[in-house]
Amino acid sequence: MPPVAPLQHMDPETHPAVQRLRATMPQAIEGVSAHRDQTTVRIVKDQWIAAAQFLRDDPDCKFEMLMDLTAVDYPARPQRFDVVAHLYSLSKNHLLRIKCGVAEGDSVETLVGVWKTSNWLEREAYDMFGVDFAHHPDLRRMLLPQDWVGHPLRKDYPLAGY
Amino acid sequence: MDESRELVRVPQEETNMATRAGIELHGQDSAAKLILSEEPAPVQEQELMLNMGPQHPSTHGVARILLELDGEIVKKAIPDIGYLHRGIEKIGEYRQYNQFVPWTDRMDYIAAFTSNLAWVQTVEGLMGVEIPVRAKYLRVLFSELQRIASHLLWLGTHVMDLGAITVFLFAMRERELILDLLEMQTGARLTLNAQRVGGFPKDIPPGFLEKLAEFVRVMPGHIHEYERLLAENPIFLRRVKGIGVISAEEAVQWGLTGPSLRGSGVAYDVRKARPYAAYGPEFGINFDVPIGTHGDVYDRYLVRMEEMRQSVSIIEQAAKLLPDGPVMTDDIRVALPGKEALMTSIEAMQRHFILSIYGLKPPVGEYYSAVECPKGELGWYIVSHGDSNPYRARCRPASMINLQSLPIMSEGAYVADVVAAIGSIDIVMGEVDR
Repeated sequence: MPPVAPLQHMDPETHPAVQRLRATMPQAIEGVSAHRDQTTVRIVKDQWIAAAQFLRDDPDCKFEMLMDLTAVDYPARPQRFDVVAHLYSLSKNHLLRIKCGVAEGDSVETLVGVWKTSNWLEREAYDMFGVDFAHHPDLRRMLLPQDWVGHPLRKDYPLAGY
Repeated sequence: MDESRELVRVPQEETNMATRAGIELHGQDSAAKLILSEEPAPVQEQELMLNMGPQHPSTHGVARILLELDGEIVKKAIPDIGYLHRGIEKIGEYRQYNQFVPWTDRMDYIAAFTSNLAWVQTVEGLMGVEIPVRAKYLRVLFSELQRIASHLLWLGTHVMDLGAITVFLFAMRERELILDLLEMQTGARLTLNAQRVGGFPKDIPPGFLEKLAEFVRVMPGHIHEYERLLAENPIFLRRVKGIGVISAEEAVQWGLTGPSLRGSGVAYDVRKARPYAAYGPEFGINFDVPIGTHGDVYDRYLVRMEEMRQSVSIIEQAAKLLPDGPVMTDDIRVALPGKEALMTSIEAMQRHFILSIYGLKPPVGEYYSAVECPKGELGWYIVSHGDSNPYRARCRPASMINLQSLPIMSEGAYVADVVAAIGSIDIVMGEVDR
């Protein structure tokens, strides 16, 4: 049987946005990683909005579009949730994933002032995970009824509900 | 005020049982007199909160939009979604990667093939699976067939909401041709389950390409037929020109993608920006992506009509360039071994057993991949911890993100314009709510 070649991962330091972040706001980077041709930057939570604004406005980054914003639950970690945002630059045609860790009960700054589309995306992350987005103009449930109890996409929420 | 009616005030004691109802018929010309028994109240004004949906013929599914109205003018439009929420992303954490494909059918159920494709493509990206060339061309062929089918449904329902009811059945008639082709391949018309990780579960049947050629032959004439009914129709034009305008800057800020974004003049199409399947220039399929200018309902209509024509051309090219070969990869991490290997090699039998029972296992990692579905950029973000099931399966729902811009398009406009705007965004609630 033919052997399967191991996966090749790009060097995340070669991504232009990583280079610009390292040069301009290195304090915002908690870590970088890559999987195949995609780079992920872990941002320090307190620098979340500053990094987002930089990534949108810096001429070498120019991430005009927030493609998606969601959360992932790691219940074993003290910072239980990862808020994950996918940024895309129309002018440079590059993609970047940024994420930051948020503990349960803690909050992360809203990106509504940077990309308007995060309004509903953050509402859905709040609805499904219970992540609090500070200064969000309208943080209420998106998909579930307003009187729903619990956050279904958390790992401790049963698949069939209660 | 109609001359045959006059308001007559009659003192309370003179009203009898017959006139208590308030209407009295007089003489041969039977003019009705509206009789009030007391002083009319002064006229009051208040803003009306109108609930449009979730059951409504024009919301294209179970969408509820609260409209704060000042007469006919919309002061605020607040979409309230979630009526079709089924927890598909949570289910994704409890199913193997190939088992999950039928759930993607049920998200964008108007364009199930592109929904299937977005999912399997992300898994293939996560794992670094190469798919055979024939499968790439077939993916383009079916994606474009699905794009036409979706745009036909959009056209029919959108203009039916605006009053042009004839076009609806004309569009459905052509959609039947496409559904017949999809049924030949998958056995289903709507929820196709047409893709597996690594390619197609089976090749196109004999007779498919001939039927496809017949479709390609007749379709441009039908598109022309729809335009003949609409392009110079003054009622249609009054309902769509200058309505539901969104600027390019706003559209980009709100994350609009697809024809809704291109109608505002932003040249972004996933097929051109991050080519997948056989859309890359090296595969020899040439096509244009129409871009609008005004960002109104009319431009979005024109963009989709032209996209249908371009799709016909792409299908024709893909069918002509279609190479021979397998339609499923031979990557041993995802593909079942063939019957011959299964029956002659013990390792193949072990592999078949492990893949069938436990499913394929991607490496630890995360990946985002998107396709240009008829509504916009449909992407999946998968986080894998090396198991048979995803750790997180997140859909980037083109329709939901597009719907977010509805208030921008409809505030300050009439209620009738909200109907036009919803139709022009082209949403499918299965994808909005998941």
